[in-house]
Amino acid sequence: MVPLSYYLVLSAILFACGVTGFLIKRNIITIFMSIELMLNGVNLSFVAFAAHWQQLSGQVFVFFVMVVAAAEAAVGLAIIIALFRTRETLNIDQVNLLKL
Amino acid sequence: MKQPNLYLWLIPLLPLLGAAINGLLGKRFSRQAVVAVALGFSGAAFCMALWVASQFSSLPLLPHVETVAPWLRSGGFSVDFAFYLDQLSLIMLLVVTGVGFLIHIYSVGYMWDDPGFYRFFSYLNLFMFFMLTLVLGSSYLVMFIGWEGVGLASYLLIGFWFTKDSAAAAGKKAFIVNRIGDFGFLIALFLLIQHFNSLDFQKVFEAAKGYSPETAGVGFLTATALLLMLGAAGKSAQIPLYVWLPDAMEGPTPVSALIHAATMVTAGVYMVARSHTIFERAPSALTVVAIIGTLTAFFAATIGIAQTDIKKVLAYSTVSQLGYMFMACGVGAFSAGIFHLMTHAFFKGLLFLAAGSVIHAVGGEQDMRKMGGLWRKIPWTWATMLIATCAIAGIPPLAGFFSKDEILWRAYQASWAYWLVGVVTAFLTSFYMFRLMYMTFSGEYRGDAETAHAHDDHAHGHGHGHGGVHESPAVMIVPLVILAFLSFFGGFVGVPGSLGGHNQFDRFLGPVFRSSTPVVNAAHEQPGEAAPPEQTTEGTEPEAGHATEITFTAISVGAGLLGLFLAWLLYKRSPDLPDRIADSLHSLYSAVAHKYWIDELYAAIFVKPLIVISSVVFWRGIDRGVIDATLDGSAETAKEVSDNLRHMQSGNLRSYAGWIAIGATGVIGYMVWVWAGAR
Repeated sequence: MVPLSYYLVLSAILFACGVTGFLIKRNIITIFMSIELMLNGVNLSFVAFAAHWQQLSGQVFVFFVMVVAAAEAAVGLAIIIALFRTRETLNIDQVNLLKL
Repeated sequence: MKQPNLYLWLIPLLPLLGAAINGLLGKRFSRQAVVAVALGFSGAAFCMALWVASQFSSLPLLPHVETVAPWLRSGGFSVDFAFYLDQLSLIMLLVVTGVGFLIHIYSVGYMWDDPGFYRFFSYLNLFMFFMLTLVLGSSYLVMFIGWEGVGLASYLLIGFWFTKDSAAAAGKKAFIVNRIGDFGFLIALFLLIQHFNSLDFQKVFEAAKGYSPETAGVGFLTATALLLMLGAAGKSAQIPLYVWLPDAMEGPTPVSALIHAATMVTAGVYMVARSHTIFERAPSALTVVAIIGTLTAFFAATIGIAQTDIKKVLAYSTVSQLGYMFMACGVGAFSAGIFHLMTHAFFKGLLFLAAGSVIHAVGGEQDMRKMGGLWRKIPWTWATMLIATCAIAGIPPLAGFFSKDEILWRAYQASWAYWLVGVVTAFLTSFYMFRLMYMTFSGEYRGDAETAHAHDDHAHGHGHGHGGVHESPAVMIVPLVILAFLSFFGGFVGVPGSLGGHNQFDRFLGPVFRSSTPVVNAAHEQPGEAAPPEQTTEGTEPEAGHATEITFTAISVGAGLLGLFLAWLLYKRSPDLPDRIADSLHSLYSAVAHKYWIDELYAAIFVKPLIVISSVVFWRGIDRGVIDATLDGSAETAKEVSDNLRHMQSGNLRSYAGWIAIGATGVIGYMVWVWAGAR
C-alpha cells in the first residue's frame, strides 16, 4: 500500500509544474496544457484522499472536475483556433489588443 | 458728590476718526479738505483736553476713572477699556494735544507739496490717537496698546519717504530696537499679573503699597521695575537702546518734532513716573534709572558736539535731555522729571520746527556746514530758535532753566556725582546748541544759492518756484511763535522756593507722587499723611537750604553761559579754530564724530552674529536641514518607493498570476507553519 503522503507530494509536484508552465510559457497551447496539469494534480489529491478515507465524495468530485475540464478544453481550443485564424500567432505576448 | 462724566474716551477717538477719514478717503480729497479733517479732529481733541482741564478742579475724587467697556474677563483677572485722569495724565494730555495741534498746523505748510500729503496727516492723527490712549489708559494693558501704537505710527512716519532706502531702514531700526524694550515691558506686565492678578493702575499700586522697599537683593518689585525701565529705555532712547532715535531723523521734520522730541519719546518717562509706586519700593532699580539717565545725558551730549547734520544735533540733544528726565526719576524727583518733560516738549518741539523751517528755507539742505548767515533772511525762524536755544541752555528765566535747575538740585541731594555730570552736560548742551546757532545763522552763507532748491526732492517734495533762501509761510511761523512764547514763559509754573516762587507745578503733581489711593481733591496736604522724603516739595524745605540752592543754580547757569562763550569763541570769533582743535585731538574727535562707533559695535556684537546664526543655524541648519529635509525627504522616499513598486503594475497578466502564486504560497506556507507549531 502506497502511503497517502506520496500521492500528495506527487500531486503538489504536478500542480507546481502546472503553475510554473502557466507562468513562464508563451505558447497558448502549452499554457492550456499547464492548466490541465494543475487540474489533474488536484484530481490526484482528491482521489488519494477518497481512497484513504474510504469516502466516495472525493471520487465524485473528480468526475465533476473532468466534465468541466472537457467543456473548457472544447471552448478553449475553439478560442485558440479562432485566435490563430485572426492573429496567425500563438504567442500570447502578442495578443494584447485590449492593452493600452 | 457724584463723579461727573468727562467723556474722556472722546479725546483719543477724535484723532482716530480723523486718521480713518483721511486714510480711507483722503486720496480723493483736495488738500484743503485733508487739512480741514486733520486739523479739525486734532483741534477738537485739544479743545476737549482744555475743557477737561477746566473741569478738573471740580472733580470730587482723584484719580478720575471712566470705564467705557469691559475688555478681558478671565477668571478673577479683568481688564477694561477705561481712562484714567489725574494731575499727571492731565499734564501729559495738555502737552500732547497742545503741542500736537501746533505741529499739525506747522505740517500744513511744511508738507504742502508732498504727494503723500493725506497719508502724512492720516498717520499724524493716528499717532495722536495712540499717544492719547497711552497717557489716558487706566491700566498697563491699555497703556500698552498706546505704547505699541505710537511705535507703529513712529515706524510709519520715519519711513514716510519709503522710497528712500535710508528712511525705510531707519524705520525698521526704530521698530526693531523698540521691540527689545517692549519685550521688557511685556515681561513686567506678566510679573504684575502673576503677583497682583491685575494690571489696573489703582489695584496694582494699592497692592504694591503693601510691600516694603526691597533694599537687599532683587525681589519681584525690583525685577518688575528694571523690566519696565528696559521698556522705557527702548521707547525713550536711553542707553543702551538709544541708537534708533538719531536715525529716526530720516522722517519729515514735523515728525521729528512731534514724535521724536515732544511726545512719544517721553512716554518712557511718563511710564516710569506713573509706576513710581513700584519704583520707590525698588531702590536699586531707581539707582539704575538714575545712572542710565545720567550716563545717557552726558554721553549723547558729547556726541552732539561733533555732528554736522542740524537734525542729528537735535536728536542727540533729545536723547541727552531725556537722560535728564530719567535722572530726575531715578533720584525720586518724578515731578521735576515731568516738569522737564513739559518744558522740553515746548523748546525741543520748537527747535525741531525751527530747524525744519531752516531746512525748508535752504531747500532741503541739512548740513550745517553749508548754512550760515541765515539770520537776516529768516528772522522769525532765527528769533524763535534763539529763544528755544536759550531755554535748553538753561538761561534764566526761560522754561528750561527752571526745569533743569530743579533736576540738578534734586540730583545733588541724591548724590554729588549725578549733579556733577549733570552740570557738565548742561555746559555741553549749551555749547552744542550755540554751535548750531552760530553755524546756521551767523557768518557768511556757505551754501550754493543757485542750487538751493534743486535739492528739494532730496529731503522733501517742495517745489517752490521762487529761488533763494526765503522765510517760511505764516502757517509755519505761527506755531513757532506760540511755542517760543511757551518756551519763554512755560517755566514760571515751577519757580522754586529759593527764587521766591511756590513751585506750583510740583505742588500740583504732589498728590500723584505722594499717594496712589483716591484722595479727595485739593485736600492732599492733610496732616498725618507724611510724604516720603524724596517727594518733599520745595515749599516745605527749610529756609536755610535756599542759599545753597541758589549757589547751585548759579553754577548751572554759569555752566550754560560758559558753553555759550565757548561756542562764540570757536564758531563766531575764530571759525578756523574748531578744525585745528579737531586735528590736534584727532582720535578723540573721530570717536565723537563717529558716535563712538556704537552703531558699528552693535552691528558687530548683535547684528552680524544674529545674521550669521540665522543663516547658518536657523536657515541652513534647521529650516533647510531639518524641516525642509524632513518634508523633502519623505516626499523623495515616497517617490523612490513608488517608482520601484510601479514595475509591479506591468500590465502583463502572467506576472500578476505569478504574484498571486507567490502570495498563495506565502499564505499556505504560513498556515502550514502555524499548524505545525500548534501540534
